[in-house]
Amino acid sequence: MMKAVITVIGKDNVGILNKVSGICAERHANVIEVTQSVLHDMFAMIMLVDISKLDGDFSELVDKLNILGEQLGLSIHTMHEDIFNSMHKI
Amino acid sequence: MLNKYDILETIRMIQDECLDIRTITMGISLLDCIDPDIDKACEKVYNKITSKAENLVSVGQKIEKEYGIPIIHKRISVTPIAMIAAACKGESPVKFALALQKAADTCGVNFIGGYSALVQKGFSAGDIELIKSIPEALSITENICSSVNVGSTRTGINMDAVKLMGEIIKESALKTADRNCIAPAKLVVFCNAPEDNPFMAGAFHGVGEPDCVINVGVSGPGVVRSALSKYPDASIDEVANIIKKTAFKITRMGQLVGSKASEMLGVPFGIVDLSLAPTPAVGDSVAHILETMGLETCGTHGTTAALALLNDAVKKGGVMASSHIGGLSGAFIPVSEDAGMIDAAIDGTLKLEKLEAMTAVCSVGLDMIAVPGDITPATISAIIADEAAIGMVNNKTTAVRLIPAIGKKEGDMLEFGGLLGSGPVMSVNNKSAEKFISRGGRIPAPMHSIKN
Repeated sequence: MMKAVITVIGKDNVGILNKVSGICAERHANVIEVTQSVLHDMFAMIMLVDISKLDGDFSELVDKLNILGEQLGLSIHTMHEDIFNSMHKI
Repeated sequence: MLNKYDILETIRMIQDECLDIRTITMGISLLDCIDPDIDKACEKVYNKITSKAENLVSVGQKIEKEYGIPIIHKRISVTPIAMIAAACKGESPVKFALALQKAADTCGVNFIGGYSALVQKGFSAGDIELIKSIPEALSITENICSSVNVGSTRTGINMDAVKLMGEIIKESALKTADRNCIAPAKLVVFCNAPEDNPFMAGAFHGVGEPDCVINVGVSGPGVVRSALSKYPDASIDEVANIIKKTAFKITRMGQLVGSKASEMLGVPFGIVDLSLAPTPAVGDSVAHILETMGLETCGTHGTTAALALLNDAVKKGGVMASSHIGGLSGAFIPVSEDAGMIDAAIDGTLKLEKLEAMTAVCSVGLDMIAVPGDITPATISAIIADEAAIGMVNNKTTAVRLIPAIGKKEGDMLEFGGLLGSGPVMSVNNKSAEKFISRGGRIPAPMHSIKN
């Protein structure tokens, strides 16, 4: 299973999770796990998605989420999970 | 499941601490392009580079997007051109520089390195012609880098080449005096030059290398500084451990990107160069790491010890993270490319003599240092000889990249812009070494070179 990690950090607002998962659904990226927290108005979410059955290129999903991040004024990073595995696991 | 703190740490490193892959460098052998007809040889060179590196930039961009990690430069290194030009008797090697520039433009890479000659023991056919053409080649091209290896632990130092390089550096500066003397910023004089170095300006593709190979250079001084700043009272042992852990993480990323690029390009993966390469950007400085360790300003007493610790810990941390390490691997101290070094040099704390001492314990050498425009070629040669001697005796790579700032004197600023940054013109000892340099000949290899 190929997985990607989506992180969303920024000011809390209504419907962030909905919008991000909406784009994932649209691109056939299956959400596996979500952790989220709101601290002092700051929203932080980490989402693990399965990208093995992705509709289209992974970079298109990255672009879509980047655009959403700009619209909502949030910092959204979409990265292949390999980078975290290689950096933090021996 | 991945740990959320690990995820956030990676993102913080990239977003706030300037962590990046400095370069993916494709090494390409040009040995099969040799032809006595220089025009045919240039055509073969152009064709080989553009076919091998056709997808280098696009693959780099794809990896950047997939992993969310910036890859600052995509570069190419080639077989030292002196070897290719040797067959073209009576022709100016500058034609090769133009062919390389055309190939760089077509591929869209940032630099091609390898307008080089290896003359540590003496000059062979093509070497003198190539070296003499360096000022012209660097002044009429934008993205071509040149290097000359003048010494090694095994062979000693070729003092004729050292003398010649002093003149070449001065001439290169004069030829580009109207463009902030940019030409010598693309020229490195080495002792013990590595053959798989992905970093410019000294990259070339050694003859023992495969036909085509991918090498990766990582960066991340900001990440190390930030990690250290969380432990202001840690003992030196703990400091070394923190650096090792951080270097491990940085290098793992280089290993991942390198193996991915090699797979996508169908080219073998060579090495990760686990260097700490600063940029002029705020928070990306090696000098600031040393200051975080407890020095008021980089260049003061204690700097050499702090740098030795840093350099060693970076290597120890990185070595386990990668299947093959190589290139220069260590901390770089280019003055004009490091915000902390620039400040320390302007402040007068960091002087040429201290930088020379620092080069004995870190990667490479006197790098990106502006010197007064009226410096004599013999003084430049003498600086090269000193630096080469440090490399020769200590079994390490050393290099000199000095920029004579034509029309400027000590204290003036020289601006290059971009990754090359800007730097103050530093003071040089003006007593003459002319007689020593003009003797010519070769400094014999040190005793410990006889290892067999």
